[in-house]
Amino acid sequence: MNIDSITNGLVLDHIQAGRAMQIYAALRLDELDCVVAVIKNVKSRKMGKKDLIKIDEMIGLDLDALGFIDQNITINVIREGVRVEKKQLRLPEKLVNVLRCKNPRCITTTEQEVDQVFRLVRETPPLYRCAYCETACQNL
Amino acid sequence: MRHLIEIQDLSPAEIAILLQLADEIIARPADFRDSAARKKLATLFYEPSTRTRLSFEAAMLDLGGHVLGFADQGSSSASKGESVADTIRMVQCYADIIAMRHPKEGAPVVAARHASVPVINAGDGGHNHPTQTLTDLTTIHREFGHLDNLTIGLCGDLKFGRTVHSLAAAMCRYPGTHFVLISPKELCPPDYVTDMICQSGRSYEQVRAMEEVIPELDVLYMTRVQRERFFNEADYVRLKDSFILDVPKLAAAKKEMIVMHPLPRVNEISVTVDADPHARYFQQALYGKFIRMALILWLLEGA
Repeated sequence: MNIDSITNGLVLDHIQAGRAMQIYAALRLDELDCVVAVIKNVKSRKMGKKDLIKIDEMIGLDLDALGFIDQNITINVIREGVRVEKKQLRLPEKLVNVLRCKNPRCITTTEQEVDQVFRLVRETPPLYRCAYCETACQNL
Repeated sequence: MRHLIEIQDLSPAEIAILLQLADEIIARPADFRDSAARKKLATLFYEPSTRTRLSFEAAMLDLGGHVLGFADQGSSSASKGESVADTIRMVQCYADIIAMRHPKEGAPVVAARHASVPVINAGDGGHNHPTQTLTDLTTIHREFGHLDNLTIGLCGDLKFGRTVHSLAAAMCRYPGTHFVLISPKELCPPDYVTDMICQSGRSYEQVRAMEEVIPELDVLYMTRVQRERFFNEADYVRLKDSFILDVPKLAAAKKEMIVMHPLPRVNEISVTVDADPHARYFQQALYGKFIRMALILWLLEGA
């Protein structure tokens, strides 16, 4: 199967096989007007198989959200058909409006216009806690 | 300017300063009777409280200051849907310091973010209650003369008991602390509390009966199973009498062991224990006023 190369845009590489659609949803790529290709189960020497997402436009990505979902993803920045930058992700210290606190007693469930903030309290395995009530969240 | 949202906002050195100041106030209360003259404390209590609100108000009055505020959500604009942020923006125009109790966990974090005066968390849901912890630390320190190398039994509702969470956080910072967590399975502490104990390098054990562990304790900290924290009344009824401390159970305790309770008590401590030499919970309530005086002074002076 052939997918056209992109000229200016981003390629999200080394996505764990099967997780591309989750990332597509988390980054709200459905709201974009440009061409977005989600490619699943690509053969990979390192990973066996992997997913890829190609975005045919230079957009700002929420790297914190992406790092939280999978810090092993790499982001290739493509200009004039050439990769000009390769970004490695890391676990963000703080997540703002990426997760929602599920504790019904948390102030975020009633207070208007308050950011949902989670802080990294443990790296291995990753563990985030609500900055208000300390309820744990490990995944989206 | 400083706030007190959780006990970890204070370093052990700062806690030592507050304990020292409280000791001085206890020894010479007259020296402090004008220390907060012309200052105003706003007590914003969105949840019922007897001890905490009255001790804050008594503390401010004994410092020569004034008190304003409300004692339940129904008599504030919160009943009209006003947000915490807006209430704080308004109250800070009228008061020099704010003590706030709120049923929602994390509400004081929101308050502090919008306040230009110090905010004291006087209890947020089942989460934190740092001034109760200061009260507890004052009691322990005045009894033992130190806060390290103590075995602390926490008994009752360790899941929703905010006083327990804050006390555990505080005692984790003193070397040699060993926690004995005594609760029914349904009321075990949240994982962040046990994680915190582990990360601090302190030790803990979890048991389901108090009798077997009483001989090893320096402090037995009893808590009430709180009806207001349950969504299901049947669960409350089933668990409310899980632990009842009475005089025969204390027979095996060390001579210097003390029984503490943040109060109010329902029936988890038999009234016959009140006259027992181990009982310290009413003394503890008295210390609550003095340590709050120390805290108010310290925060008003810019900490």
